[in-house]
Amino acid sequence: MTALVIRGGHLIDPAAGIDSLKDVLLKDGRVAEIAAPGKLKPADGAEVLDATGLTVAPGLIDMHVHLREPGQGYKETIATGTAAAAAGGFTSAAAMPNTAPVNDSPEVTRWMLAPERGAVIRVFPIAAATRGSKGETINDFAALKSAGAVAVSDDGLPILKDSVMRETLAAAARVGLSVIQHAEDTRLTQVGGKNASMNLGPTSFRLGLRGWPNEAESGIVERDIRLVSELRDARAHLHVAHTSTAAALNAVRQARRNGLRVTCEVAPHHFLLTDEHVGFYDTNAKMCPPLRAAADRDAMIEAILDGVVDAIATDHAPHAVHEKEVEFENAPNGITGLETAFGLCLHWLHKEWKMPLGRVLSLLSAQPAALLNLKGRGTLAVGSFADVVIFDPRAEWTYNARQTKSKSRNTPFDGWKMQGKVRWTISEGRIAYKSEV
Amino acid sequence: MNPTATPARRQLHPPPVPASPFPYHPGSLLSAQDLTLDGVSHILARATVLESQDPLARCRILAKRRVALLFYESSTRTRTSFELAAKGLGADTTLVSSLSSSIEKGETLKDTGLTLRALGAEAIILRHNSSGAAWLLESETRLPVLNAGDGMHEHPTQALLDLRTMLAHLRPGTETLTPETLAGVTVTIVGDILHSRVARSNMVLLPRLGARVLLCGPKELLPELAAQAGPGIAVERDFNAALHQSQAVMMLRIQAERLAGQQLDLEEYKANYQLHGPRLAAHAPTAIVLHPGPIIRGLEVTAGVADGPQSVILEQVRNGVAIRMAVVERALTASQQGGRA
Repeated sequence: MTALVIRGGHLIDPAAGIDSLKDVLLKDGRVAEIAAPGKLKPADGAEVLDATGLTVAPGLIDMHVHLREPGQGYKETIATGTAAAAAGGFTSAAAMPNTAPVNDSPEVTRWMLAPERGAVIRVFPIAAATRGSKGETINDFAALKSAGAVAVSDDGLPILKDSVMRETLAAAARVGLSVIQHAEDTRLTQVGGKNASMNLGPTSFRLGLRGWPNEAESGIVERDIRLVSELRDARAHLHVAHTSTAAALNAVRQARRNGLRVTCEVAPHHFLLTDEHVGFYDTNAKMCPPLRAAADRDAMIEAILDGVVDAIATDHAPHAVHEKEVEFENAPNGITGLETAFGLCLHWLHKEWKMPLGRVLSLLSAQPAALLNLKGRGTLAVGSFADVVIFDPRAEWTYNARQTKSKSRNTPFDGWKMQGKVRWTISEGRIAYKSEV
Repeated sequence: MNPTATPARRQLHPPPVPASPFPYHPGSLLSAQDLTLDGVSHILARATVLESQDPLARCRILAKRRVALLFYESSTRTRTSFELAAKGLGADTTLVSSLSSSIEKGETLKDTGLTLRALGAEAIILRHNSSGAAWLLESETRLPVLNAGDGMHEHPTQALLDLRTMLAHLRPGTETLTPETLAGVTVTIVGDILHSRVARSNMVLLPRLGARVLLCGPKELLPELAAQAGPGIAVERDFNAALHQSQAVMMLRIQAERLAGQQLDLEEYKANYQLHGPRLAAHAPTAIVLHPGPIIRGLEVTAGVADGPQSVILEQVRNGVAIRMAVVERALTASQQGGRA
């Protein structure tokens, strides 16, 4: 494998405590050397990337994406989804199991990891916690882990039954996997066969849409925390996916004070948008959990700035155009997010709300790496995987969904201002994305 | 735990909410909210003119223009009055209903709309079971769309015909509407507010004319947050107390088809919210009684009240034709270039 030299860039690696001008040598898929500018010995035949004026950081890690394969290649493929991820600065993406069939077996997990899928960055499958994600029978976590799964989740659906969730937490802890819960009490969001399609509040009433109460999320989070505390000796790790309510965040905050292994992620749309962004039935503002009231959105921002939130994750959920061009209540949940997350985080968290760049990067790399126990990722310490994002932190640009590398363009952020342009994304020493400018 | 209890320590300026997603066709009527008071005055004035006009002269106004009625739900009053209105102006109408068309075969609203446009429809009148369907149809076809009821959301022509009915009794002779036209008037809307598009359209229109809207019903059918739907709206669960303050009372049907598994004790409902003769005589002996129909006699309203002297229910139906003539005329004569409120 050829070597790659990144010259003249400003290296920010929060996990390694580096924030200065450095040259970086990547060799055989690993970080081989870090040196003061101009001090690297020129390696034979090494390609040189001129990063003068640019920031060099550990490749971003999205711990919550839907790559739609197997089974839904018309929405996204592993090839197109990872291409979009690379364009967004990501070098790792953890893929949720709600595919067709559901990824509840080592066979599907291995199929997703096969080279024929054409992934341009590293994909980490998250396996289903229960058979078919039906919330009844627990899968063989040891077998799934040896096939490559990095966590278990029934994402898209909750693990609703107390007994099944308790058993899932205990069994996952035994093999060292996290349980990622999609916290939605479907007894409150699917009433009489009709699904709630947005947040419950004055806006849902005004629009005549069935509403999703905050308690449907926080109630499950509180129940899960109780189960984790009952399993204290097992050191179970509960991770709350796409947290959207202040009450759920408060429960996580409290659980952590009590010494429990409870972590959470927040998606960019939940710290930027409110249920009013549904506007006049914009199906690109429909996702699960839904956009919440301003008080909840503000609580997400506060919790990110305060460090209660462990990771920013996109919940990238591509859907074909025709699936979203329907009546609001009939449209599927989800929006794309891989290409917009970094630009939004830099614009809003860093530039507008003054969060230090290193902390923003950590939420998008070192912290999710730790949550999923991805060894050698989320840092550029010597010996780590050569997963790198090189970006111009000052560049401002406008997102154009029509130019996406994803198969889908169901995003509410089309036309939004972004901060920080990705110039190169390097996955294990190979250039996975290079900007045209 | 109160999530709002934490005081904001930082001055954060999150992204603003965009105002309007796309410019509607100026002939469209999607929500009662979209009309200015001048716009409402104009529609009411045209309704009066068209109603009294010689039918043979009137039918030259939209002679041979094409109007499609696209109905995904059953309807008697709305469908018939829109059809009579369009035909009364000379337009050709065609009715597409979900049970006798390719909708049954899985055709989407978008494709149905584009097909009607390709067939020469110049405006589409849409009744649909999903809230917001009219916005989808308008954005995909860019034709003038008249919302004849979308799910639980709005039914703007009903609010206009209700307004015409109320004005005739409470403010006769009104020509130009102002924010004070209905000052001092309390209108109580009773029953299944949660599922009612009629209630929502009236709730956004009446307060803009100075009326106070009282919403009345049990918690299952009237969530407390309905009071936050806009200014001039309050919840009063005691029907007698609400009646006592009202000059107009609008009864609603319980929409069993939208109850979605909720259980409701009908005997208890009747005891608390049925409008019957003694209750009306005791608490609102001079108020007018409206009902958008269909009526379930003996449930929300007794036969005696529906047929009684305070009932204006059939006047509402008659006003429907006049209002819809004005709205169809507006749809086909509004200029595409013109701005919109």
